[in-house]
Amino acid sequence: MRESVSITALLVGAMLAWGGAVQAASLTVGFSQIGSESGWRAAETTVTKAEAKKRGITVKIADAQQKQENQIKAIRSFVAQGVDGILLAPVVATGWDAVLKEARDAKIPVILLDRDIDPSGKDLYLTAVTSDSVEEGRVAGNWLAKTVGEKPCNVVELQGTVGASVATNRKKGFDAAIAPHANLKLVRSQTGDFTRAKGKEVMESFIKAEGGHSICAVYAHNDDMMVGAIQAMKEAGLKPGREILTVSIDAVPDIFKAIAAGEANATVELTPDMAGPAFDALKAYKEKGTVPPKWIQTESKLYTAADDPLKVYERKKGLGY
Amino acid sequence: MSRNLPVLVAALLFAAGYGLCATQYPAFLTTRVVGNLLADSAFLGIVAVGMTFVIIAGGIDLSVGSVVGFTTVFLALAITRWGLPPLAAFGLVLAAATLFGAAMGALIHVFAMPPFIVTLAGMFLARGAGFLLSTESVPIDAPLYGAVSDLALALPGGGRLTLTGGIMLAVFLAGGVLLHATRFGATVYALGGSRQTTALMGVPVGRNTVAVYALSSLLAALAGIVFSLDTASGTPLSAVGVELDAIAAVVIGGTLLTGGQGGLPGTVLGVMIGGLIQTAITFDGTLSSWWTKIATGLLLFAFIALQQGSVALAGRSERRARA
Repeated sequence: MRESVSITALLVGAMLAWGGAVQAASLTVGFSQIGSESGWRAAETTVTKAEAKKRGITVKIADAQQKQENQIKAIRSFVAQGVDGILLAPVVATGWDAVLKEARDAKIPVILLDRDIDPSGKDLYLTAVTSDSVEEGRVAGNWLAKTVGEKPCNVVELQGTVGASVATNRKKGFDAAIAPHANLKLVRSQTGDFTRAKGKEVMESFIKAEGGHSICAVYAHNDDMMVGAIQAMKEAGLKPGREILTVSIDAVPDIFKAIAAGEANATVELTPDMAGPAFDALKAYKEKGTVPPKWIQTESKLYTAADDPLKVYERKKGLGY
Repeated sequence: MSRNLPVLVAALLFAAGYGLCATQYPAFLTTRVVGNLLADSAFLGIVAVGMTFVIIAGGIDLSVGSVVGFTTVFLALAITRWGLPPLAAFGLVLAAATLFGAAMGALIHVFAMPPFIVTLAGMFLARGAGFLLSTESVPIDAPLYGAVSDLALALPGGGRLTLTGGIMLAVFLAGGVLLHATRFGATVYALGGSRQTTALMGVPVGRNTVAVYALSSLLAALAGIVFSLDTASGTPLSAVGVELDAIAAVVIGGTLLTGGQGGLPGTVLGVMIGGLIQTAITFDGTLSSWWTKIATGLLLFAFIALQQGSVALAGRSERRARA
């Protein structure tokens, strides 16, 4: 009996040592991804894999299917595996303290991707690589205000998932940008859950409620909902891009096709490459001990028909959107 | 023997699965993975205990996931915004959920309505009420919550038995005693066997039906408390679809959906098998997480087939014994 116990202990020890040796050669990073609810998120996953490969990092991806409980489980099991770092794209803002403390106790740095958590800025994570989603809303709002000029304009809004901080912020930024312009009036705002199907459905109800020709512009919190909304407008005999202005956020390939066809007007890019800067920060921290700033911000770039949409489409097509 | 066959198969499956994972990933032999499995399964396990009672009694409760969601939001608002002490908020929500479950049970009994419809209504009601309270996730900032997240029994080898995992084990034990060693438990089995016969035997069917659904909702609220302790926040989006995970765990554990047969040990195994699949897929890191659902689906099919087979076998041997 005692012999078998010591043999087991030896085996376990050997296995652990072997695992340790492998890890020393290259970094292993766990990535708790929210899901694949939008094309953008699928691209983020693809780009993350590509960026990891470029740097010789092994990445383990856990798709949480939009559930926080799955993300908490994934982080716990990354800690149990003893990974070198964890990337977390949090599905909601709150409720991470306990599990991030577990990671901190195990001395595993956590980097937040694409969304911040609440309470923000504490020492529970190394850094957050995010775009400024308030800024994205503001860029969209400013473009609309500039394009519309002085004439009165009824705007309808397709919001993202209720409760998601990115939806709240994109609304906040847009509202702030159009507030000084009294001619821009937000007449309807409803959630389309970031999906094409819901975007189309909600736009149909907007057209029914408002009468298609009284709507002057559509603002969607992401391109997927806008693609759905464009379809709804076309089916109702309206001309999106000409009669009704559109502006949305994310810059997925399909919206560039729509812009090239004259059916959409503008999109604000949310770059899918959040993992690249995160891996660089993690490597610098692991190898040289460099502590990155608490917030690494990505650029929010505006694209319109003037930016050669077909060329951008070709470039983005292969990313897995 | 054949009655225990599904539980036996589930136990063997769990052991074999765990062994297989351990050969692939040495970390499975650490207590940390065991501790995680318990902590991660905590709220689903508690919900599944209530579901076991309901299903054995011949019913179904689709409202439990929504009750969990409602509970987390209610607690977050009660503690953070309305300034209620956490323990008072716990008591309040447990009482409210028990009443909610009792009301569903009463509707089912008095109007002889199908449990599926009544609890479906309950599901929409509780989820809607949660969103009515708050559409956003609300952090809970109470000293008790901070203390609880640090409170854990350190297992040798770096693992932690968290308080929430401990609560689940306690609920398993208490549920097991209640179902398998009390008069109430025997009545639950009788209800699932045949309501008419049970009534003819002089058992108060109505009171017991109400009690079963009240128990299920009470445990769902307890699961909500555990969920909120685990995340220190409340969101109306939490625990969507958990009722289906719980039903899957109960069925994999050998309880018949037609009622009257099954038990808690099987449910414990069913919950653990689900957790094991998910952990293995995370450890692998290259498989799509949706394989969890596919594996659960396949297991469900296999276990239902196994149950039908063993029920048919039992029927044949009974007939032979009589002849």
